[in-house]
Amino acid sequence: MNDLYIIITASLVASSCALLGCYLILRKMAMVGDAISHAVLPGIVIAFLISGSRDSMTMLIGAGLIGILTTFLIEFLHKKARLQTDASIGVTFTWLFAIGVVLISLFAGKVDLDQDCVLYGEIAYVPLDTLIIGNQSIGPRALYIMGMILTAIILFIVFGYKELFLTTFDPAYATAIGISTTLWHYLLMGAVSATTVASFESVGAILVVALLIAPAATAYLLTDNLKWMLVFACIAGVAASVTGYYIAVWLDGSIAGAIAMMAGIIFIIAMLFSPTHGIFTKKFSRTAAADS
Amino acid sequence: MNSLLDFFSFADPNIRFVVIGSVLLTASSAIVGTFTFLHKKSLVGDAIAHAVLPGICLGFMLSGTKNPAYLIAGAFVTGWISLIGVEYITRHTRIKEDTAIGLVLSVFFGIGILMLTVIQKSGNAAQSGLDHFLFGKAAALVGQDLFVFGTVAVLLLIAVFLLFKEFALLAFDKDYAKAIGLPVRGIELTLTSLIVLAVVIGIQAVGVVLMAAILITPAAAARFWTNKISVMITLASIFGAFSGLSGAYISYIAPAMPTGPWIVIVISTVAFISFFFAPKRGVINRLLRQRNIRRTINDENVLKTLYQLSEESRNFFIQRSAEEIIRRRKFSLETLGKILKRLERQGYVERTGKHWSLTEEGKNRGQRVVRIHRLWELYLTTHLNIAPDHVHDDADTIEHLLTPELEAELEKLLNYPKVDPHKSEIPYS
Amino acid sequence: MNEEIITPALEVHDLTVAFDRKPVLWNIDLKLPEGKLVGIIGPNGAGKSTLIKAVMGLLPLSSGYVKLFDHPIDEVRKKISYVPQRESVDWDFPASVLDVVLMGRYGKLGLFRRPRKADYDVALDCLKKVGMEAYINRQISQLSGGQQQRTFLARALAQQADIYFMDEPFAGVDAATEKAIISLLRTMTEAKKTVIVVHHDLQSVTQYFDWVLLLNTRLIACGPTATTFTQQNLQETYGGKLTLLSDVGDLIRREHFPNREGVIKQPKTI
Repeated sequence: MNDLYIIITASLVASSCALLGCYLILRKMAMVGDAISHAVLPGIVIAFLISGSRDSMTMLIGAGLIGILTTFLIEFLHKKARLQTDASIGVTFTWLFAIGVVLISLFAGKVDLDQDCVLYGEIAYVPLDTLIIGNQSIGPRALYIMGMILTAIILFIVFGYKELFLTTFDPAYATAIGISTTLWHYLLMGAVSATTVASFESVGAILVVALLIAPAATAYLLTDNLKWMLVFACIAGVAASVTGYYIAVWLDGSIAGAIAMMAGIIFIIAMLFSPTHGIFTKKFSRTAAADS
Repeated sequence: MNSLLDFFSFADPNIRFVVIGSVLLTASSAIVGTFTFLHKKSLVGDAIAHAVLPGICLGFMLSGTKNPAYLIAGAFVTGWISLIGVEYITRHTRIKEDTAIGLVLSVFFGIGILMLTVIQKSGNAAQSGLDHFLFGKAAALVGQDLFVFGTVAVLLLIAVFLLFKEFALLAFDKDYAKAIGLPVRGIELTLTSLIVLAVVIGIQAVGVVLMAAILITPAAAARFWTNKISVMITLASIFGAFSGLSGAYISYIAPAMPTGPWIVIVISTVAFISFFFAPKRGVINRLLRQRNIRRTINDENVLKTLYQLSEESRNFFIQRSAEEIIRRRKFSLETLGKILKRLERQGYVERTGKHWSLTEEGKNRGQRVVRIHRLWELYLTTHLNIAPDHVHDDADTIEHLLTPELEAELEKLLNYPKVDPHKSEIPYS
Repeated sequence: MNEEIITPALEVHDLTVAFDRKPVLWNIDLKLPEGKLVGIIGPNGAGKSTLIKAVMGLLPLSSGYVKLFDHPIDEVRKKISYVPQRESVDWDFPASVLDVVLMGRYGKLGLFRRPRKADYDVALDCLKKVGMEAYINRQISQLSGGQQQRTFLARALAQQADIYFMDEPFAGVDAATEKAIISLLRTMTEAKKTVIVVHHDLQSVTQYFDWVLLLNTRLIACGPTATTFTQQNLQETYGGKLTLLSDVGDLIRREHFPNREGVIKQPKTI
């Protein structure tokens, strides 16, 4: 049963990240996603210190706000201080992440977080922390939180589908016909921040990035249709979660690390053998065409 | 306070080693990082930094010891593989560079974490301390480690010194470098190898997770103080060395603390100070300059108004009340009072009771503003075909801006005209 | 200089647009009549694309205002359509031709509503008009340059707007597409639509456009092609640069000078 809980939680994290990741990579904002996932750390720690627990809405909201603040800061450094984009991203997230790690070390006794957890999460302990209603334990808390997050993201994408589609594909045209690109940009960044925070304790900061980018990149090589891309990204994420879990058990190592590795391997398979965009597939069809 | 004295007396040879080591590592990373920054490859540096983790684990697994030579070799190999990966993915698929970087970075790091956890559970006693590479530990820089890391750092510095002008030219203008026959590809490969090496040695002090900061942030900070590459590199290395020194100190007073995050906080603080307070390029300075310009505009507008009030009578030194000025041009009474006081201090106006009059200097300055205003209006109508009733707003800005050289050029271009498009006289002194 | 136009489709008043404070368009003042095919002509870097982007509110204005059909732009967004430069979007985007054309309906649909059958019908009809009906489900990454341009045009048509801004619709398209597009634009102007086109090729100006707008940082001339597209105006457009003007522009940038005095509005601190 515990295996199942872990796999389901991981799959929920992977799917949430994969859906948002599709939009991130299509907007060429993969590294902003990376930056946000690092930068929410001080938000998490501060919310932790204030509220004294990890299952409060405070944490989700507080860290979500820090995520949006990060994008503001990157833009501020770029536009007002005129620092080149790549450097603004690099300076911002390393600074915030460093603050987070230092806070954790300083308040080691008060914060139920440690450096390892920050890096690769504690998904193995997910089944231990259960939600209790009345006297009945109804399953791991993380499972319910991630379920809610995934539901919210799906609703966000379903209802905002055409706005997200248009502002991603052609922002100038979107503005011209009166759809606010800024609004949708920050909504998306808010969603990424909230997801990162919720996924943090399961998979840690850097592996959130793997789940944001790798499944979406895999799906991008498999289809030319945005809806299918979203679906394929989820499938790739879930596949990585399931296989990664068993590999981690087999090697007795970090589950999140193994999931990230599997997400990478699935990407490589898609890169080489995708029916439409695979490197081998293309090479093969070219030689076949030359032969005939 | 005692610990501060103990530390900075450098009496303990161990402290001396740690200090020399971390300063050397961070400074050389910052120097190589300057080129990473100038080549706009900051995020590639981040990818390499994360990707060396599996290499370190691999070096350990194969050799079974924490001998730095093996770890460096392993790290160098996976660092390079990650770069090739990024380039291969961008070249052969439709995936864009930023996605490829994020992908390689996180997947390599994931593999590294998996290997690290496997090693930790393997029961090999030698592994303890391997996780210091995650967030850095300057205090571990003693003995053989210091020797190996130090040597690599010195080699880095020599390489940068020898290839300085090639790197600089490439960062500035790659096409030109190609055109004059430099082996661009070879130089780029060398630079990339140096970046990988800088990362590999820097992680001892800073750790893989935050390594990117020590590459980028000193250079970003230095950029705000200078436009010259040589000065920029010097500043970046000083900033880097300073953060390395503070990292070593923290490692000394709080051995349990990871040094990397502290180094990053120190260097980021330096950077933010630079962003805000650097002369010329800093944000504060820009705001101050804006404020000064706004003051100048207000000052000149008052002088202009005083001048215009007397244009008919031709007696420019008549005393005027604040109300008269406001009737001609809108100011709030409070603002006007402040402006007039400032002008009085500078000797442009004189005060008698509640009245103000222009001095000779004030008259000349007011006259110049009026002259440029009318010249510019004329220029817009004759050279830009703009209707005479549309030129006023633009001239209202330009009148405060034009340098004497441009003013002279304008006069000559228009052939010292007598009147503007509205038939107002253009005053010459 | 401008002939009196009683009900202009577009009115631009004292428009100045700056990049990094340096004005790239200087005091543009013009009116365009309804139902005309208008060409914006000028050398590279003259600010042609900047002008239409500023008019549509995609760029901040340093001074001046824009009115469309006598209203501020935000009140009449639904009447405006835009064909951006082909290279401005990523054609690897996972979308089909129909997906892109349906975007033209989004502005009218409003938040949360999905396209209905009527919208599909309009989109299909517009694809027919540009001769792309055979490619409805084709992925946009597999289109030729001319087909990409036709797709963009169909998207603009699907908006059923009253005024169309097109940024170099003929760049990199084949002769057949160019001919098809221009005859389509003709039928649009016959139906009283106003079409404003950024154009490069001087050869075809007299043949294509009713009205031309000659631009080079400042407005040189704007009027009916027959009287405006003259040798003298062309010389002024493409000939000598106004060095003084560009010197002053550089000065504004270097000094971080505010764009317009009016914009600052008497700062409180002084």
